[in-house]
Amino acid sequence: MNWLLVVEQCLNGLQLGVMLFLMAAGLTLVFGIMNFVNLAHGSLYMLGAYFAVAFLKWTGSFAASVVLALLATLVVGMLVEVIALRTLYERDHLDHVLATFGLILFFNELVAIAWGRAALFASVPPALGGFVEILPRLRYPVYRAVIILVGLAVALLLYVVVSRTRLGMLIRAGASNRTMVAALGVNIRLLYTVVFGFGAALAGLGGLMAGPIYTVQPGMGEEILIEVLVVIVIGGIGSIRGALVGAVVVGMVDTLGRAFLKPMLATVVSPAAADSAGPALASMSIYILMAAVLYFRPQGLFPATRS
Amino acid sequence: MARRRRALAMLAALAALAAIPLVAGLVNQPFYLDLFRRIMIFAIAAVSLDIILGYGGMVSFGHAAYLGIGAYAVAIPALHGVHSAWVQWPLAMALSGLAALAIGAISLRTSGVYFIMITLAFAQMLYYVGISIEPWGGDDGMRLARRSQLGGPLDLGDPHVFYYVVLAILAVLLLVGDRVIQARFGTVIRAVKSNEPRMRAIGFSTLRYKLAAFVLAGAVGGLAGALLANQTEYLTPSYMHWTRSGDIMVMVILGGMGTLAGPVLGAAAFLLLENVLSAWTVHWQAILGPLLVLVVLYARGGLWGLLPGGASRDG
Repeated sequence: MNWLLVVEQCLNGLQLGVMLFLMAAGLTLVFGIMNFVNLAHGSLYMLGAYFAVAFLKWTGSFAASVVLALLATLVVGMLVEVIALRTLYERDHLDHVLATFGLILFFNELVAIAWGRAALFASVPPALGGFVEILPRLRYPVYRAVIILVGLAVALLLYVVVSRTRLGMLIRAGASNRTMVAALGVNIRLLYTVVFGFGAALAGLGGLMAGPIYTVQPGMGEEILIEVLVVIVIGGIGSIRGALVGAVVVGMVDTLGRAFLKPMLATVVSPAAADSAGPALASMSIYILMAAVLYFRPQGLFPATRS
Repeated sequence: MARRRRALAMLAALAALAAIPLVAGLVNQPFYLDLFRRIMIFAIAAVSLDIILGYGGMVSFGHAAYLGIGAYAVAIPALHGVHSAWVQWPLAMALSGLAALAIGAISLRTSGVYFIMITLAFAQMLYYVGISIEPWGGDDGMRLARRSQLGGPLDLGDPHVFYYVVLAILAVLLLVGDRVIQARFGTVIRAVKSNEPRMRAIGFSTLRYKLAAFVLAGAVGGLAGALLANQTEYLTPSYMHWTRSGDIMVMVILGGMGTLAGPVLGAAAFLLLENVLSAWTVHWQAILGPLLVLVVLYARGGLWGLLPGGASRDG
């Protein structure tokens, strides 16, 4: 096996991992603080990608399209929270699931009405095109490298915000005892809306960066959403640290499984059998991982402590 | 009293379903036969989900997995020339029951939101596996050469015969379901929903009861899948897609969970609504979605709860 290929696939795994982290962070924050299951998080990811494509066409500037798309998903997230989801926090999880399932149908269809059902083409900005030589003889796409850096920077920023700022303090306080925080005079409803919008913008960031790599089409959010659910179940729901670890592990396992499971199987069984079993096993790998983690730690690797 | 009224309502509904082919024949619209057969098949799936969701309080978001397994259990033997329903249908129930046993054994260790996400993830895993196995149709799926053979005069190729076979299965399911819910097993399941620690404290091995209910629901879901494959004469992994799980769940909630008639009503309402809206606009999901949010916000009892006398839950 070629070691450069292994390193390259590890980088791809890391890239998928940070993408998953951007989604998982928002989802797990919303769950940790509002105790709310938001399946429509994938729709915000999809909207981020579509907004970026639309704004790029409109302004012609990649930087402007990124900023506008982020703001737009932030606004959409906050609007959805205020209009539909706010009243659901007191209900049980079943209601959350159903209502956000309805939102998914709505957003997928809305996108199909506005931009059509066919996949859109989102191009890598010229400034981030090309390759960078990370190791001798290993050329890696600049764009993917940038995604990794952005993801890690966001992770760091989130850590600082949550553990070092007043907003982060309120977020943590709201997670552990919302009644007490409200009694101390904090506008908890506003805090919830802000956190939700924040999570939406993170999902939008993931989506707009994903655009040029994956396809931009209705329903693109759900494919990644399921993987994100696996990530936060593995990491422990409500924990940002768990989300980061889970995301990188899932990204690695998924990418490496798809790249190497088939050739590795081919050395053990016949190539024909490996041909059919390889992809099936690779697509099962992260779920098997999840089952294994749950078997030993039903609360995930880093369960958030809730009072 | 309530029990008798309920039984009467159920009988009336079944009688109405039995009359559908006559009406469809009279107005010369065979399409309705097809539509109501589909409704009954999804009603079977929805009732099976309601056993664990409504009565047992287990929010399983992966019920479409059993639908898919049931459909594969018809299509794969058919691919190898085995067309007997007496092989295919029990196989569908056994395999989906086994899958439910495995999925349940892992996911019932958890609860609450973990349970929702894990059942969803496992169903989606099976979906991806279905997509990646090329010999069994892969992404495109495959045609069913012929419908399951029941033997004798029961030829499922005849739309009317097929219709009444599905109706009979639904009727038996409702009858048996009612007995099971009233029996000791059903009582334990309902008690576990309302207070599991107490049930454990008085000596019930609650996990076993929950797992048994989970497997039962999975097996019946598999039967619905076998019927669905016969209905469409086609197999596609999209039977297992997670939106299908969502649809079945919506049917249960829309009709009224924790009742047996509710899911039947919900399946009818959902599929009729889908039929009407999709005839009106291709973007019908843009209407269905917000409608769903409104139902969740304002009509928790479901349609069955809105009917006079229906508000009292079964049992």
